[in-house]
Amino acid sequence: MRKHLPAVVVTMVLLLLWQGIAMVVDAAYILPSPIQIMQKLWELREPLFLVHLPATMGVTGLGLLISIVFGLLLAVSMDWNPKIERALYPVIVASQTIPTTAIAPLFILWFGYSIWSKVLVTILITFFPIAITVFDGLKSSKREMEELLLTYGARKKDIFLKLKLPTALPNFFSAIKMAIPMSVIGAAIAEWLGAQKGLGYFSKRMMTQLDGAGVFAPVVLLSLVAMAAVGIITVLENKLIQWRKEI
Amino acid sequence: MLEFRDISFRYAQDEQPMMENLNFQVEDRAFVSIIGASGCGKSTIFRLINGLEKPDAGQILVDGKPVQSLKNYSAFMPQKDLLFPWRTIEKNICLPMELAKVSAKEQKKRCEAVLRQAGLADYAQKYPKDLSGGMKQRVSFARTLLSGADMLLLDEPFSALDYLTRVEMQEWILHQWEHYHKTILFITHDVEEAIFLSKRVFIIKDRPFSEMEPVDIPLAYPRNREDLKRPDIVELKEQMIEKLRRSVSL
Repeated sequence: MRKHLPAVVVTMVLLLLWQGIAMVVDAAYILPSPIQIMQKLWELREPLFLVHLPATMGVTGLGLLISIVFGLLLAVSMDWNPKIERALYPVIVASQTIPTTAIAPLFILWFGYSIWSKVLVTILITFFPIAITVFDGLKSSKREMEELLLTYGARKKDIFLKLKLPTALPNFFSAIKMAIPMSVIGAAIAEWLGAQKGLGYFSKRMMTQLDGAGVFAPVVLLSLVAMAAVGIITVLENKLIQWRKEI
Repeated sequence: MLEFRDISFRYAQDEQPMMENLNFQVEDRAFVSIIGASGCGKSTIFRLINGLEKPDAGQILVDGKPVQSLKNYSAFMPQKDLLFPWRTIEKNICLPMELAKVSAKEQKKRCEAVLRQAGLADYAQKYPKDLSGGMKQRVSFARTLLSGADMLLLDEPFSALDYLTRVEMQEWILHQWEHYHKTILFITHDVEEAIFLSKRVFIIKDRPFSEMEPVDIPLAYPRNREDLKRPDIVELKEQMIEKLRRSVSL
């Protein structure tokens, strides 16, 4: 607990500062105070937790899952064959220069208000860090270790399973920790642009009603969920890879 | 028996060849060291034997057969331990057996035996980070041993260890060699180490080299560190150092 103390202190100070400024400004539609946001969160607990949170989690979960599978597939195939790397790497990087918010309305034209238009936005934002980070991890295995395995008669498959995969495991965890917040952002953006439920949609609706606290409440909820998810992954990571610093 | 027959080799990025028409032989169950200045091609000999490099000309034979047609004839132990940090000591040692598809039960049996012989029986479930430098090299040697090959190629295995550990490991490796009856090729740049361990020492003097000068060590096994103080051995050591120095100044 003691090691978290500095973070807790800084957060408290920032919240107090926010509360103070909000009280001076005294216009909740522009800057709601943290207390007002918490009150709103409590007032709206039923629609937020029972309708909109599950909807957003559905998009996030599905988007993240597909991104992981897709990202890993890209990373592994690029590592497997340099020709695939040369063909795909520039395309993958180029895909990140697309302003997602600008083309997301197109997805809604293609897929309608179904979950898939939002999942696609999430994937577009999320697969990239997974593919690139894991690919780098696979590439970072030591040449000497690979040669040692070759002298034992290892084949390409053995080198992948026994050397590259474990070497890339810490990168995989880093990738997931980056991907979780990005998938939440992706889902929220997609819902802003066109949806009938979800926390992003709810936030936008509150915006049209000039309800500042109502805009912030779902956002706070989203952040908390993302932080909790990253926390769980970190615990899992520490359990699974205690040799991270030894590579 | 290992035999190099007219081997020539040049690294693609080098202008000068490493070796030209090199011939030498190593008898079965011998302990042979190769010494020479750094960059003279000691490690290249190992890379040629274990197939990581292909000779430009000539043939490498083991028991009269070209190595390309053989499997599992040699096992390589690098200078760094190269233990996999995500595997326990036991799992590290089992790696070559896993690749050779040895049954899990047999792996465990052989691993236990070799760990006991190495004095590391209590460390089977530990990770490499829990071991000292000397212990890691013992594990690395055990792993090399369990590849099942009869010829072990040890590339400066003790050069990164502190002096006392190195001396201890030299005695330990002789003990292991006498116990397992393997052929050992040992690369070092430490003349005293080469004399203490080997039946025969090959000295590499020039580059490119077409021969290695053999020096037979007039000591019987089991050996004792006191032997190194014998006047004829001291004299031999001085001669060998002199030869190496001349090659360095070239």
